[in-house]
Amino acid sequence: MNRALLGLFSVFAPLSLATIGGGQATVAEIQRQVVDVHHWLTQAQFLSDFAIARLAPGPGSLMVTLIGWQVAGFWGAVTATLALFGPTAFLLYAVAYLWRRHRGALWQRALEGGLRPIAAGMIAAAVYVLLGALEGGLAARLIALVSTGLVMFTRVNALLLVLGGGALLIALQMAGLAF
Amino acid sequence: MPSSAIAAERPSALTLFLIFSRIGLTSFGGGLSGWLMREFVQDRHWLTEEEFLNGLSISQALPGVNVKNMAIWIGYHLAGRAGAVAGFTGIILPPAVFIVLLGALFSALAGHPLTHVGLAGAAAAAIGLSLSMAITAVRRVRRALVPLAMMACVFVAVAVLRWPLLWVVLGLGSASVAWEFLRLRAQDRGRAREQA
Repeated sequence: MNRALLGLFSVFAPLSLATIGGGQATVAEIQRQVVDVHHWLTQAQFLSDFAIARLAPGPGSLMVTLIGWQVAGFWGAVTATLALFGPTAFLLYAVAYLWRRHRGALWQRALEGGLRPIAAGMIAAAVYVLLGALEGGLAARLIALVSTGLVMFTRVNALLLVLGGGALLIALQMAGLAF
Repeated sequence: MPSSAIAAERPSALTLFLIFSRIGLTSFGGGLSGWLMREFVQDRHWLTEEEFLNGLSISQALPGVNVKNMAIWIGYHLAGRAGAVAGFTGIILPPAVFIVLLGALFSALAGHPLTHVGLAGAAAAAIGLSLSMAITAVRRVRRALVPLAMMACVFVAVAVLRWPLLWVVLGLGSASVAWEFLRLRAQDRGRAREQA
């Protein structure tokens, strides 16, 4: 096996097991490994990859696909993606299987009831952090609130909603009301 | 309890793959779990809020990228093993190809100042998906002192104190599950005694 591929795998596979509560938590560690330890990318390249991942649709952790591509081409992209997403997929599959087999067991009800407040707190915290990091000032925050209302009380299509938000902020900026 | 009380028809693995691909390719602005909830709970009624939130709790507590975990969970729930594979590949593969293409086009895209403004607006609107999911999740927490206190502690630890999620989930998560276990066991025993 190619040394670069082996390197990518040995960096991202362990990281996948340390990813709890969302890929954002591992960005700092990816940066350390990729830039400081292995010198695969410069700091500027890493930041540009991070920006592209935020801008692209899909899971933000696909940043590693881009890194793999830059380090070792097509197979680099495949290796990095499988290393980060693969191992824990089997774990989740096993849990989903056990879940269905033991429907209604005491441990399962305890996990459901016990994890629910934890998940609610984490989701609320994520929204809080996202709102704080939002660019575009008051106008963007208003768009976020209006959008929440639309999601809760109408059946508007999610893609239309997001495109509308983008168009509205561009219009407001051109009218001098945002940024 | 039926595994999916309100599902009228069962989607095929191919249908699921196409739905997850579409969400993977159109979910600009992040907050993918919110997009998934919109699609599977509110639009298609294939899962109840309850089922979705249970899956989300597990996906967050187990290691691995949440969205990928959630896609496997939903896929397995709706179409067994083939559904799990459809969820995993659909949410990862098409956007992975897209991000590599986008990487190549990035300089052209980033050069235009309005791109940045448009993306900020899209991100703002996408927060609506996340926030409505947060409101649903918070409303579904049992109205009792311990669960509400757990939720508040997680929020403060993660949002304000910025503690590492790993320790928050391991610490507060196991405390919360242990509490719920003891409570349910006492409840079950009480009920058994009444019947005896």
